[in-house]
Amino acid sequence: MIYLKLFLTFFKIGLFTFGGGYAMLPLIQAEVLKNEWMTNTEIMNFVAISESTPGPFAINMATFVGTETGGIFGAFCSTLGVVMPSFIVILLVATFYEKFKKNKAVAGCMTGLRPAAIGLIASAALSLAITAFFADGVSVAVFKSVEFYISAVVCIVMTVLALKKVHPIKIITVSAVVGIICGYALNLPV
Amino acid sequence: MKKHEKLYKIWLLFLTFFKIGAFTFGGGYAMIPLIQKEVADKRKWITEKDILDIIAIAESTPGPIAVNSATFVGFKVAGFWGAFVSTLGVVLPSFVIITVIAYLLKNFSDYKGVKYAFFGIRAGVLALIVKGLVSMYKQVPKNPVSYIVMGVAFALVAFFDVSVLLVLIGCAVFGLVTSIIISRRAKNDLS
Repeated sequence: MIYLKLFLTFFKIGLFTFGGGYAMLPLIQAEVLKNEWMTNTEIMNFVAISESTPGPFAINMATFVGTETGGIFGAFCSTLGVVMPSFIVILLVATFYEKFKKNKAVAGCMTGLRPAAIGLIASAALSLAITAFFADGVSVAVFKSVEFYISAVVCIVMTVLALKKVHPIKIITVSAVVGIICGYALNLPV
Repeated sequence: MKKHEKLYKIWLLFLTFFKIGAFTFGGGYAMIPLIQKEVADKRKWITEKDILDIIAIAESTPGPIAVNSATFVGFKVAGFWGAFVSTLGVVLPSFVIITVIAYLLKNFSDYKGVKYAFFGIRAGVLALIVKGLVSMYKQVPKNPVSYIVMGVAFALVAFFDVSVLLVLIGCAVFGLVTSIIISRRAKNDLS
């Protein structure tokens, strides 16, 4: 039953992600790869789409994976799943807010969860980078391929620009244009 | 009359969060300034201090920050149904846009130009993730516990294939235990 599975998987993802930005990426990657719903390449394509469309990354990702695997109703189930834990927890917290604020256990867990998110995202980034640079596996031949050098140059230049706070949409647009120009100019295999 | 007023408030909540969902890119923290402008400055539903509370709560509860803050604000303004429509509002734009894009992609992803574009984009996306990592790193407290957790979490998943969920649970417990030990020691030093 794909709908139930989508709902439960994204419920789990919603329940175990703390913090913003890419905090959700490692869990989504792990679950989506395990269920063979998407590949690393598709995940990267989709992160780009998610960055260039409005709305929270988590919702975009859930809707996309849901649509790909179970159509509109699949998207509904996965989005509902990812939203539900937040919704329930926040309703509880809002009711018992003063108690929650002073709770030392919550603060204690957060001192572990925050740095953990960084380590986990770094690990997700590493595996995505390996897919991006070594599409056919790590070998000496890769260093002779022109695709490798284009990817490396784009990645380095864009990292510098991103750290200088250039807007993500500009970064994605420029990367896409470079990809198209290099692709047609060098007639890269697809 | 009173019921009428509440319904109007709920409708306004929906519209406000629909707008916030439709106009923030990247989600999460990018949404906070817009919430501040729409909900605190314009509608005066919550105060500036509430905004700080919302950020603190959103960070220490599970789930996307956007959903957390929409639910929290909605609940404060109009109870359960306020929370419900705010969350629905913030999710709806993404849901519609992404469903459309997913169908378009299915039809266009075989074109050579689209494939080349995504070839370039994948390298650019790595840059965005690195940037996200750097800004998260800047916000995390710099102490031995943080560095150990960061390194161990990375190594366990990257090299030993340990499940992400297990690592998260382990790190939460580790954080809890070390913070209890540290606060006990501080107390002992005082006495």
